[in-house]
Amino acid sequence: MCLAVPAKYVELQGTAATISVECALREVDVSLIEEPRLGDFVLVHAGFAIHKWDQSEVDEWETIRRGLEVAAGGGGG
Amino acid sequence: MMVVVQRIGELAERVGRDVNLMEVCGTHTMAAFRSGLRQLLPSTVHLISGPGCPVCVTDTNYIDAAIALCRRADVIVATFGDLMRVPGSESSLENERAAGAEVRVVYSPTDAVTLAQENSAKKIVFLGVGFETTAPTVAASIVSASKAGLQNFFVLAAHKTMPHAMEALLHDQQVKIDGFICPGHVTVITGAAMYRFICEKYRIPCVVGGFEPFDMLKATEMLLAQIADGRADVEVEYSRSVNDRGNVAAQKLMAEVFEECDAGWRGIGNIPRSGLTIRMKYAAFDAVPALGVRFEPARPHPGCRCGDVLRGVITPLECKLFGKACTPTDPFGPCMVSSEGTCAAYFKYGKRQAAA
Ligand code: SF4
Repeated sequence: MCLAVPAKYVELQGTAATISVECALREVDVSLIEEPRLGDFVLVHAGFAIHKWDQSEVDEWETIRRGLEVAAGGGGG
Repeated sequence: MMVVVQRIGELAERVGRDVNLMEVCGTHTMAAFRSGLRQLLPSTVHLISGPGCPVCVTDTNYIDAAIALCRRADVIVATFGDLMRVPGSESSLENERAAGAEVRVVYSPTDAVTLAQENSAKKIVFLGVGFETTAPTVAASIVSASKAGLQNFFVLAAHKTMPHAMEALLHDQQVKIDGFICPGHVTVITGAAMYRFICEKYRIPCVVGGFEPFDMLKATEMLLAQIADGRADVEVEYSRSVNDRGNVAAQKLMAEVFEECDAGWRGIGNIPRSGLTIRMKYAAFDAVPALGVRFEPARPHPGCRCGDVLRGVITPLECKLFGKACTPTDPFGPCMVSSEGTCAAYFKYGKRQAAA
């Protein structure tokens, strides 16, 4: 139910938004987010954006993800 | 990641005894198994699964009430997919749908509101199950149904809240908890300050963790460091999503629609102030008074030990039915059905890993 990955608004109309997450587009409701803006990254749960991630938080997530890939790829044996 | 694993090893040695760390959230349980990180932990560090799978803690009588509703000709039940196969006393929503009842799986409570707009001749009942992460989304759907003047949208609400359930487990004589890995997405909404009373009153460290394997290892390290130093603080590992105060807009919406109530948790029983009920102001959207829903005494499967699993008292391996009579294709209890259920995790990721 909860996507713990950053999703990006690509369209905003009132409380309805379209997000792009892991290459797919989805509809979400943004009524739980203060001042949503196009291009923002959010965390999505049950069709609602529940938290806005700032750029440094997205970067941290990417570092963690990359670290995992390196560890998994390098630990092959 | 290996650096963290090494530090965990050193800290475990410094602690010098067995410790039980409860990952409260079902998504954490799944993440821990999927990534195999339990096998990276020293033998003295035990990750035990807690009551944080919303479907699993929902009482059988709730499923029975939902089934009774979907049998009514004037009702369409809308639900998250996880509830479909949970066994009630006699049937499941999936069986009812196969027998012709109108049960729709939705991805969001908003979809249920849309369903109500598109089916004005029917009563749409959304099954409102979930913790603080989900409750604001359901509150938002009730408010939007109210603004739209809908008269055929209802919620059968059984939302639960975490802090007092965690407290109840600390009073349980059968399970000894040395630290909590607190649920990440619940805390996005509530803020981390909510756990402070657990540290102050019970001297149990709390760390809010994220859902990548690295996050969970880091949270484990932070808990062990607190235990080694004799500290009990609230710390946030998942700081990219969680702060002290939480999502204030979501909290406001939740408070607008819901008020605190006592709630029955499968396996734990009644916990004061651990549930949310719809306020009088929105009673027209509350399925219980509006549609006359009654909760009858339920009959969960007698051999199913989901309750003990949810309290961390036993692992699924100690349930006699696990993997024999009870499997994901033929589940006896919700812990084997839900994608966040502990029995499902043990089944999917194998006994060898589970025993670690
Ligand atoms: S294995 Fe099946 S019967 Fe046993 S506790 Fe889990 S869900 Fe219940």
